[in-house]
Amino acid sequence: MKARVVVTPKAAVLDPQGAAVKEAMQHLGMPEVKNVRIGKYLEIDVNGDGAEMEQRLHKLCRDLLSNPVIEDYQLLKE
Amino acid sequence: MKFAVVQFPGSNCDQDCLRAINGLAGLSAQYIWHKETSLTGFDAVVLPGGFAYGDYLRCGAIARFSPIMNEVIRVAKEGRLVLGTCNGFQVLCEAGLLPGALVRNRGLRFICDMATLRVELPDSAFTHGFAQGTLLRMPIAHGEGCFFAQTETLRELNDHGQVVLRYCDANGRVTPEANPNGSIENIAGICSRKGNVFGLMPHPDRASDRRLGGTDGAKIFLSMAQSIADGRARAAA
Repeated sequence: MKARVVVTPKAAVLDPQGAAVKEAMQHLGMPEVKNVRIGKYLEIDVNGDGAEMEQRLHKLCRDLLSNPVIEDYQLLKE
Repeated sequence: MKFAVVQFPGSNCDQDCLRAINGLAGLSAQYIWHKETSLTGFDAVVLPGGFAYGDYLRCGAIARFSPIMNEVIRVAKEGRLVLGTCNGFQVLCEAGLLPGALVRNRGLRFICDMATLRVELPDSAFTHGFAQGTLLRMPIAHGEGCFFAQTETLRELNDHGQVVLRYCDANGRVTPEANPNGSIENIAGICSRKGNVFGLMPHPDRASDRRLGGTDGAKIFLSMAQSIADGRARAAA
């Protein structure tokens, strides 16, 4: 199966990169931009499928791909 | 007193740490490659600064799964002293040996500068004999040294006296202007609840030679040795 993982900083965590990019967007004629958060995107190809595989991928997301102290993640299956 | 300095691929302060420790009377240090699995015979462990695994994914995220880390966690649970400086601090947080996390500096820039630090926890295993409020000068060199902890974690850190160092100005005042990287409550270094694991973003290894601008960092290593000698911290098995 193919999985996509999106990791984003938690709302309470300072995201200076996002703030800098937001400013650049506003300078480029998009004053409507209210907020930008920058995260990570991973595409994962695995042999196997099913609920058990999904559970194991969730565990990977929690243990390695994201740090629950500062980040949230979303696991999307294809 | 034998110290282990762990080398991860991408560590770059391993030599600084080894040299700093070996330069102190009664202390000796030896490298331990991250693929090793034993710390038998070592009284204390140092995780040095650098960019373990190129900081891929997150700082310390991959290093924390290196084979030696199971042993680091084991000896930490046993009560032996573990020190993480800079990238080593990030690894300790990722490994769950210290709470919180280190994120991108508030100003987005990599900062290489001298920092003034106020000792908040006198007489810990790492600040043996320091008076409360002692000021230390040590270099910082990091892009991701902004300490973050969730509200409850922060409260616990304060309630249990786990905040060891805060960034301050030359007069010892903890102010927003004295905060180089946006760390929550100016926190520069914290220890574990039991007090035997200490992580800090500043570099004691780079402040251990008078010719290089100061010896305040050496006091941290000497304090560790003293604590072990006094039986306050557990020595090698």
